[in-house]
Amino acid sequence: MAKLSTGAEIVFKCLEDQNVEFIFGYPGGAVLPIYDELKNHSSIKHILVRHEQGAGHAAEGYARSSGKPGVVLVTSGPGATNVVTALTDAYMDSIPLVCISGQVPTHLIGTDAFQECDTTGITRPCTKHNWLVKDIKDLSKIVHEAFEVATTGRPGPVLVDIPKDIQFQKAAYTKPKKNKKLNGKHHKRFNQKDIDELIKLMSNSNKPIFYTGGGVINSGPKASMLLRELVQATGFPITSTLQGLGSFPGDDNSFLGMLGMHGTYEANNAMHDCDLMINIGARFDDRITGKIDEFSPKSKKVHIDIDPSSINKNVKVDLPIVGDVQDVISSTIKTIKKTKPNFANSNKQKISKWWETIQKWREKKSLDYVNSTETIKPQYAVQRLYELTKNKDTYITTEVGQHQMWAAQHYKFDKPNRWMTSGGLGTMGYGLPAAVGVQIAHPKKLVIDIAGEASVLMTMQEMSTAVQYNLPIKIFILNNEYMGMVRQWQELLHDKNYSESYTAALPDFVKLAEAYGCVGIRATNPSELDDKIIEMLNTDRPVIFDCLVDKQENCFPMIPSGKPHNQMLLGPKDQEQNKITGKGKTLV
Amino acid sequence: MSRSAYSTPGKKGKLDKHIIVVWVDNESGVLARVVGLFSGRGYNIESLAVAEVDAKLNISRITIVTTGTPQVIEQIKLQLKKLVPVHKVADFKREDKNVIFKEMALFKLVGNISKRNKALKACKKYNAVLLDKTSKSYVVQVTALRREIDTMSKNLKKLGLVSISRTGAVAMTRGAEVFK
Repeated sequence: MAKLSTGAEIVFKCLEDQNVEFIFGYPGGAVLPIYDELKNHSSIKHILVRHEQGAGHAAEGYARSSGKPGVVLVTSGPGATNVVTALTDAYMDSIPLVCISGQVPTHLIGTDAFQECDTTGITRPCTKHNWLVKDIKDLSKIVHEAFEVATTGRPGPVLVDIPKDIQFQKAAYTKPKKNKKLNGKHHKRFNQKDIDELIKLMSNSNKPIFYTGGGVINSGPKASMLLRELVQATGFPITSTLQGLGSFPGDDNSFLGMLGMHGTYEANNAMHDCDLMINIGARFDDRITGKIDEFSPKSKKVHIDIDPSSINKNVKVDLPIVGDVQDVISSTIKTIKKTKPNFANSNKQKISKWWETIQKWREKKSLDYVNSTETIKPQYAVQRLYELTKNKDTYITTEVGQHQMWAAQHYKFDKPNRWMTSGGLGTMGYGLPAAVGVQIAHPKKLVIDIAGEASVLMTMQEMSTAVQYNLPIKIFILNNEYMGMVRQWQELLHDKNYSESYTAALPDFVKLAEAYGCVGIRATNPSELDDKIIEMLNTDRPVIFDCLVDKQENCFPMIPSGKPHNQMLLGPKDQEQNKITGKGKTLV
Repeated sequence: MSRSAYSTPGKKGKLDKHIIVVWVDNESGVLARVVGLFSGRGYNIESLAVAEVDAKLNISRITIVTTGTPQVIEQIKLQLKKLVPVHKVADFKREDKNVIFKEMALFKLVGNISKRNKALKACKKYNAVLLDKTSKSYVVQVTALRREIDTMSKNLKKLGLVSISRTGAVAMTRGAEVFK
């Protein structure tokens, strides 16, 4: 008879066989047997956070920057409910997480026991799948399946809820079975006919564009390499969503910058006017499409996605291709090489007019802003940060709001997995704990959270985690004392009624840093900014950098809601040139 | 311009009635997953019928009547297929002549014998079975289409109908073919 192990032992054996190195967690009554077992498994290191939401976001940062699933361990009741925001965030942005939660003993389930909640009920809509383990014999199989579901197909979070009595009970451990299913099931895959059709559309197009998203990143670093090859082989322009940044070099001439609500003028106009749109691993999110009825009206649309339900969800497409981005691009390149080895050159003439048009849009310089010698403009701060860190293989996380958009616009990424941001859910407080997770995965690399002062206060307690594990993360706060994006919308849409968007009584971030046992640095004017940033980079400890920026600055360009891509609102420079008066004003 | 960070709704498409049949693992919480998907994404459920159909393989068959634009119906199917315990999903248009749809209803009729017999006679077309009989009451089972049961239950009101219990629709294709 096989050797019997306790539920807690089985959990760790599963984690070991899944090559898990780090768990982000917080102990409590219903997971104590698992915590007790931790000491017997030296290959797995536990990172103690200060709040379960922090554990979730840290695991997301770990997963996004390493390509491996993030593992979270929390207790029942409040432990589980606190992690719900992070699970939902991971679900929206397709990040593989495996969350293990404790539950009250089986016989107490349903009695409103201490720290009991319906964890699988609460997390059902924000996970790919979840399990309540009712029989110790199922435990190993369930945990292995959890990893499989989280990491295959379109990745996402899963949760395994383990009652305390199950953690004590004994059963034989079973190893993971190797199989090639997606989401625990088989999917229809694209075929060569789809690829041939795609290449036909590409050769017929005069105004093509690649619109790429987080799916390229999720497909693995090889997909990003292939994407570069594909762009080179075709000579087509390329734009990226927020989540896709880094899959293609941000400073390459083929790259039009980010598209969408705060995307560049050239990217959005190219999306609107193109005759062929090739969506690679993006999902036609509402921040991207603007008004759906007027979205890219003249184009044939191709959608490459691993998730069949992403196709035709928001926008009807002409050619759906279901498959892993890497496989589809690889097949496409192979076919081009075989059938049209000289595609880029022979096609150059055909799309040269298109590139000329794009060049004209580019000349608008839509990311420009009016700089100042007195106050630090937030865009300038991000630009300086970029210039001073671009040769260091830097990992950037962000919170949510104006600073996030400025980071996306002005920080140029040239590698995948270097950019961690909450796109779908838009979770303020994501960046700091995510930076913790990134630094755990890449201990020798420079990790910076470009933050806003409002967002970062939501999960500030995780500085304590960073200090405990000597994680030299840099929290670069663009401090304008406002919830900047809220303030911007109020200015544009609610007659400058800044209802509750100003934070009075902010903490002194330098003293706060000292209180946490890390380093605080403050920059107050543009002339000292570079020196202070260099001081931050030279500090081998966690730093909170309080960058006092212009309080009134707005994030441009922007597509006002309910408008199509070609009706963008540009920055103050352009507005001065084309003063909006009378009727035009109400359109703002 | 709308004073919202979100776009305004676009044109609404034509709504069709569909019957979605889902084969699932019969495990705890599976119905909640399916129903939660519908409520969470704002899809409509007109009726629902569910029962285990294969005790050995542990498979339940869920039949859902729903309405939606072609795009929404397509989403419903694709979203259902993503659920881990879902094995296969079939979709039939309500008008499809190749599919049989049936609902069952139990009518409790109370009143004098002539009224009750009149009611029973009215039910005859719909495979009426008299399941229970006392000096004051009948319980009658009928199997019919939804709108036929709707009409019946309206018409029987004056003939002593005091209580109705009815199932959701179940469906099966005609002929020897089995949905794979």
